[in-house]
Amino acid sequence: MAIALKRWNRQALGAALLVAPLAIFVAVTFVAPLAAMLVRSVYQPAVAEALPETLAALAEWDGDSLPDEETFRIAGAEFVALDERRALGSVATRVNRLQSGMRSTLLGTARSLAAETPAASWREAMIAADADWGAIESWLAIRRAGEVITPRYYLNALDLDRGGAGEIVVQPEDRRIYVSLLLRTLLISIAITGICLLLAYPLAWLLAHARPRRAGLLLLLVLVPFWTSLLVRTTSWIVLLQNQGVINDLLVTLGIVAEQQRLALIYNMTGTIVAMVHVLLPFMILPLYSIMRTIPERHMQAAASLGASHWQALRRVYWPQSLPGVAAGSLLVFILSIGYYITPALVGGRTGQLISSMIAYHMEQSLNWGLAAALGGILLLLVGTLFFIYDRLVGIDRMRLGG
Amino acid sequence: MWKSSRLGWRGNSSTSDRWSGVDGGAAARSGMNQKKTTSAHIEFIDIAKTYDGGTMVLPGVNLAIGSGEFMTLLGPSGSGKTTCLMILAGFEMPTSGEIRVNGESVHKLPPRKRDMGMVFQNYALFPHMTVGRNLSFPLEVRGMAPGERARRVGRALEIVRLEGYGDRRPGQLSGGQQQRVAIARALVFEPGVVLMDEPLGALDRRLREELQLEIRSIQRELGVTMVYVTHDQQEAMTLSDRIAVFNEGRIQQAAAPETLYEEPATEFVARFVGDNNLLRGTVRAVDGELCSVAVGDGLVEAFMVEPLAVGDSTVLAIRPERVALSPSIEYSNSVAAGVEDMVFQGDHWRIRVSVFGESDFFVKIPNFIGQGGILPGDRVRIGWTTIDCRALPASG
Repeated sequence: MAIALKRWNRQALGAALLVAPLAIFVAVTFVAPLAAMLVRSVYQPAVAEALPETLAALAEWDGDSLPDEETFRIAGAEFVALDERRALGSVATRVNRLQSGMRSTLLGTARSLAAETPAASWREAMIAADADWGAIESWLAIRRAGEVITPRYYLNALDLDRGGAGEIVVQPEDRRIYVSLLLRTLLISIAITGICLLLAYPLAWLLAHARPRRAGLLLLLVLVPFWTSLLVRTTSWIVLLQNQGVINDLLVTLGIVAEQQRLALIYNMTGTIVAMVHVLLPFMILPLYSIMRTIPERHMQAAASLGASHWQALRRVYWPQSLPGVAAGSLLVFILSIGYYITPALVGGRTGQLISSMIAYHMEQSLNWGLAAALGGILLLLVGTLFFIYDRLVGIDRMRLGG
Repeated sequence: MWKSSRLGWRGNSSTSDRWSGVDGGAAARSGMNQKKTTSAHIEFIDIAKTYDGGTMVLPGVNLAIGSGEFMTLLGPSGSGKTTCLMILAGFEMPTSGEIRVNGESVHKLPPRKRDMGMVFQNYALFPHMTVGRNLSFPLEVRGMAPGERARRVGRALEIVRLEGYGDRRPGQLSGGQQQRVAIARALVFEPGVVLMDEPLGALDRRLREELQLEIRSIQRELGVTMVYVTHDQQEAMTLSDRIAVFNEGRIQQAAAPETLYEEPATEFVARFVGDNNLLRGTVRAVDGELCSVAVGDGLVEAFMVEPLAVGDSTVLAIRPERVALSPSIEYSNSVAAGVEDMVFQGDHWRIRVSVFGESDFFVKIPNFIGQGGILPGDRVRIGWTTIDCRALPASG
């Protein structure tokens, strides 16, 4: 008994050691950054650390009338001190996201206060430097920017905001972009998944039931795009689809389309869908193929001998058995397309962009990582929900990506 | 549409009530017994099959299968028996020739219009449907009403003694049970012909024998025409009214099991069906249906299956159990032999002797009084009657 246990322990240890390199790799390169990013979507200590005294003073403040002279003095002194350490800029940017105009207000006020320390009232001096200080909203913005744990990025990602009293309000119409973008991303992803399924199903059937030689050749054709760089594939779509591209030239030459009415096939939604279907098609074909290979051809013969037409046999016998492959392929394509970045960025133009481009924008341009993280978090939640629904409907253990 | 008037075991509700509940199979079957007139008779007329214009699989098969007959296509793998069945089922097209069912040409019809129930080698049950749905599938595609469907499915399950298994999935059943479901599914829509392609190949011996008897009694009682493919001659014997022995795409002989065994027409049949001692020789003299054949250094009297001339080479077939050891009476053929080896087989002894310079001649003696006091190395006399020694034309 003891020996058996020891033996089992040794085996478990061996297994753990074998898995360890991958586990460490995944932890360092995937789990840790993901977790850090998700934390960033709710945890923003920068302003709180930069303005501890101002925020402490504002915590006492009732928020109905302007803060008292003491608060003005503490805040003004902290702004000046921060600006001298060249640290006010990033704080100003963060406050500016909550109340536009605050960046220049903060930086300008700090400079004029540094040039001339107010002799008497800091309040009057600051309002004189910038009239914004006379508005309660400015102080509310600073107080909210100082919250360490905040849901505001998630609210913003859903086109919501908090009003003065902390209630949740819908953003003004001109600032609502994320929900419609998210919906568009979902719709495009569904469309791409549907098109991929329609295109892949017959081909996978052919692959699974053709003679081995021909099936091998077809499979090679399916895999060639896999071995080609994504960039090459996407740019070749540009060559084909652009205004002066192969397809438009052909249509014009054949007289189907007038020279002035060349079709806009790229740098819009059409371009995004065409190129992404092409890129993601193998992810649909391969799971379908591996499932279909396990469906005996005898079943179709049996259905025929039992009196079923081709269509009945396909619908009642073949299709239900191929469902695990359909589900696996669809889930794979949908999840990949919902977060797809490079292809829409290259061929999507202005109208063919997905939510991913917004995340990239906030990561790289506006440096609003909190919002980027919140958008990513929402995507993650969406995909997780899908998995959950799938598990309930089909059972995750029935999904098979390989034979 | 479903042709409900055609068949005897259709039954109305009163008769089905009579069957339900009573001992399953037998009662259900006896209720379906009036079916004989509706089963189909089948003709293969010069059916030839070539693959890609090259490989000849069937050079031209002619075979008539009577209504209600159990016909087995028997042969080694690659002999063309399965191709024949697939052509009959409609899954393969003959290169030339014609198939008639009840006198009507069917070889151009798609499988679903041929009204043939098929049982496949690996059952081909639909794994995503319950047993009940598997059985009602052929009825559903015929547009039958749900109530009638349920009745028929229940009755088909009774026939194969699987009452109460309707809600299981095929994967939850044993191999034998799955095969019964497959049989029930091939019967449930009351086809005129049932085809079976090595249906018992995947089962162990005991289960195979049990199901053989069951298939036989189901077929006898329903009176359905059965075409059954197997490579197992024992199975063919157990089941069939007639057996067509296939070799290299040709039917060597189509006959009742007893005839095949007692009167093999060719060397292949003699070799393939049952045990046989085959001796090669040359015809020395002919007298009516009898002839004298020189085998090695001896001369054997034999019965000619087809006319042979003096000087023809021939193969003599002698069943091991028809050879007497140390015969007490005088046989027309009686020779000295040396006992080489003795193997105990339970119900009999299998004794290898050397005779005519050959050392693989077998004698079977029943385990009645032990091995009769014989030991390897003994010199004995063996003998057999002329009628048990059949002179076949030598092939090749």
